[in-house]
Amino acid sequence: MRTVCIVGVGMSQWGEVWKQSLRDIHTDAALKAIKNSGVDHIDSMYVGCMSGGMFVGQEHLASLLTDYMGMRGLPATRVESACASGGLAVRSAYIEVASGISDIVMASGVEKMTDVDGDEATYALAAAADQEFEVFHGATFPGLYAMMAHVHIAKYGTTREMLSAISVKNHNNGSMNPVAQYPFKVTMDQVANSVMVADPLHILDCSPITDGAAAAILCTEEIAKSLGKPYVKIIGTSVGTDTIQLAQRADLTTIKAATIAANGAFKMAGKTINDIEFCEVHDCFTIAELMVLESIGKYKPGKAGEAILAGETALDGAFPVNTSGGLKSKGHPVGATGVAQVIEVYKQLTGQAEGDRQLKSSPKIGMTQNMGGSGGSSVVHIMEVA
Amino acid sequence: MTMFSSRNWREYPHRYRREASKFTKSGKTYHPKRLVDPETGDTEQTTVILPDEGKIVTYTVIRVAPSQWGDLSPYGLAIVELTDGTKVFGQLTDCDVDKIEIGMEVRLEFRRIQSEGHHGVLSYGHKFVPKWF
Amino acid sequence: MAGIVGYGVHLPRHRIKVEEIAKVWGADAPSYKKGLMLREKSVPPPDMDTITLSVEAARRALKRAVVVDPTEIGAIYVGSESHPYAVKPSGTTIADALGATPDIHCADFEFACKAGSEAMFVAMSHVKAGEMKYALAIAADTSQGAPSDALEFSAAAGAGAFIMGTDNLIAECGMTHSYMTDTPDFWRREHQFYPQHGGRFTGEESYFKHTKGASLALLEKSNMKPSDFAYAVFHQPNGKFPQRVALELGFTQEQIDPGWLAPTLGNTYSGASPIGLAATLDIAKPGDYIFMCSYGSGAGSDSFIWKVTDRINEVRENAVLTRKLLAENLIYIDYGTYAKYRRKIKMND
Repeated sequence: MRTVCIVGVGMSQWGEVWKQSLRDIHTDAALKAIKNSGVDHIDSMYVGCMSGGMFVGQEHLASLLTDYMGMRGLPATRVESACASGGLAVRSAYIEVASGISDIVMASGVEKMTDVDGDEATYALAAAADQEFEVFHGATFPGLYAMMAHVHIAKYGTTREMLSAISVKNHNNGSMNPVAQYPFKVTMDQVANSVMVADPLHILDCSPITDGAAAAILCTEEIAKSLGKPYVKIIGTSVGTDTIQLAQRADLTTIKAATIAANGAFKMAGKTINDIEFCEVHDCFTIAELMVLESIGKYKPGKAGEAILAGETALDGAFPVNTSGGLKSKGHPVGATGVAQVIEVYKQLTGQAEGDRQLKSSPKIGMTQNMGGSGGSSVVHIMEVA
Repeated sequence: MTMFSSRNWREYPHRYRREASKFTKSGKTYHPKRLVDPETGDTEQTTVILPDEGKIVTYTVIRVAPSQWGDLSPYGLAIVELTDGTKVFGQLTDCDVDKIEIGMEVRLEFRRIQSEGHHGVLSYGHKFVPKWF
Repeated sequence: MAGIVGYGVHLPRHRIKVEEIAKVWGADAPSYKKGLMLREKSVPPPDMDTITLSVEAARRALKRAVVVDPTEIGAIYVGSESHPYAVKPSGTTIADALGATPDIHCADFEFACKAGSEAMFVAMSHVKAGEMKYALAIAADTSQGAPSDALEFSAAAGAGAFIMGTDNLIAECGMTHSYMTDTPDFWRREHQFYPQHGGRFTGEESYFKHTKGASLALLEKSNMKPSDFAYAVFHQPNGKFPQRVALELGFTQEQIDPGWLAPTLGNTYSGASPIGLAATLDIAKPGDYIFMCSYGSGAGSDSFIWKVTDRINEVRENAVLTRKLLAENLIYIDYGTYAKYRRKIKMND
């Protein structure tokens, strides 16, 4: 396999983007990424999108989007794994470059979620759960994670403060991210007193509904070197799956798909969790960040909460998590999230993170963990600065 | 959000009668029925009817409900371990949502689960109710 | 001899008090409570309907029947004026849920509040004729009363289910009589949400005439008198009517008490006298005779004589008793919740 590098990235504005369509925000991110990388062409594209069909009534996205990028005829593929679609697009692009089929491949992600009302958005997102045996009974995504949270609380004594601290931290980080949807800070009291959505999760435990696109250019190391810009190498990529039905999981306090994906990526990279200096994880809900940190082996089961309260995962902590603001503050356009996570790690490793959120430690190795649904799939990437 | 009647009809054995697969080798039971035991790969199975009582393994209370469920909001959702050890997902009903807790004993009761507006099909299945007799 | 092999009841847990309805419409609660002898009524939540009540009641009937395999049930008849579908049988869903399909005959009956006893009558006729081993009769309703109408104080929900057969009986049916005329005391036209009624015309020429007609004819036919019966059950559109007709026919308050549920249940329409019968079977002793008479607007009555057998004591506790469902674990709701549950609020849809 050939070494695969990331040489340029681009993001559209994230948030409620009323004036632009799905095709516009994707074109914006894609062209920014190409320009940022300095490549004069791309050989193919993988675009992650969870539900163009239900959000804007549009499928067949790979062809539509390449057309609007001004690249009719480009080999292009849409990939889907619910909220992990973006991560899977990066992995697909990686495989195409590593295998030698193409030299320069774009991995992008897009979701346009605000063209439907809250009901329809909830319905579209809920399609990532088991339609016939969870959604049928009234399941919503906050509800599914809330059910995991209750088991975690019962088993480990996880507290409201631990969950609130995750929201406070991520909003603090996001306040320094120019593309973040909600770049404001929140306090522990604000989180704890915000509206209850699905016990024990409050609205400020939940990531928002977001329009957004993100794109990254992956290429061979030879090309990356020739461009004369800072780049990172993807040294580990893996995907894990699990039953999407919560009732069929043996242990609801851990995300098995994340464990499988992380272990696969560590093995490929020849690294352990101790070699990872910072991480972007899939905090669609605060409890998800806590459980993922345990599932990828960073903390022992039931121990992540204390570490979070002690500030270990803060920007100046020993293991910064979600320096971008995470899904919580930056926003969560489901198909784009996985790509944006990779972009944040690229920026941190190459010293390009905006404002004060650039890590002072000059990290060399970072990791992303992207998750589909209630943990039915997870994609992990490990990146190292060149 | 149309639920075609055939899609619902196909699930009647699971929803109306709680039919499940019991695999010969592992002795494990799965609801809904499936062709392959996910743990052993075994395909030899018998159909069993799940018990109608169990205990809550975990739960939540949906307080911001999709409009389809608005007339029941707030409502509880739970994973229940039935007396045979099989775990099933469902809604709690006839229940004070502030008194739901892990370990609570429930009974399965036949209820209307969804109705497609005023014109479409009605979907039935089981919900959990607090066990009081 | 044909009769009942197993019986079961299901009731909603939700209740609304007469005072709660009265205060919304400026009505005088004490006079309603006294005049109709009603204190509260059952209310079905949105996830409960005639089909779901029927399934639960029928499952309890199967538990009491013990010997009946659902596939041995040859017919299922569901009497209700509130079938969830205008076109599509309730009985098919119930039969499928019970595991009684596909070799089974099925029909939904409608005759205002008499549809349930009709189902019992027809089911029993089949087993008596030897056409099938068992037949299931269900009496269920989730009836609507128009807002502010007197019916709103009584229209309630509940279901009773009876498996009829000729062996393993818990109650033998001695004799029946049916009595009917065309009397327009209460009706609901196609596509209308609420029923209409003839006010005081629902009394003398309607309820009392037909209930007495069917009762007196059966007493005469059977050569029995009220004092021969341990218990009596009448259709109960409110608390007062069944009490009055019972006393006028020569029955006593003690005889009707076990099955006199309306004061705290309301009028369960098709379910009323069948559920009253179930509540009476809950406390009856072997050898007891039970008199039963239904009434349905439009109008007619079916009367039955039941004789309880020794087997009642073996199976009674196999399922929850009616009075327990009536009185325990209740959820009292306000008028707003009631209006939401009964879809009386105009929604944007």
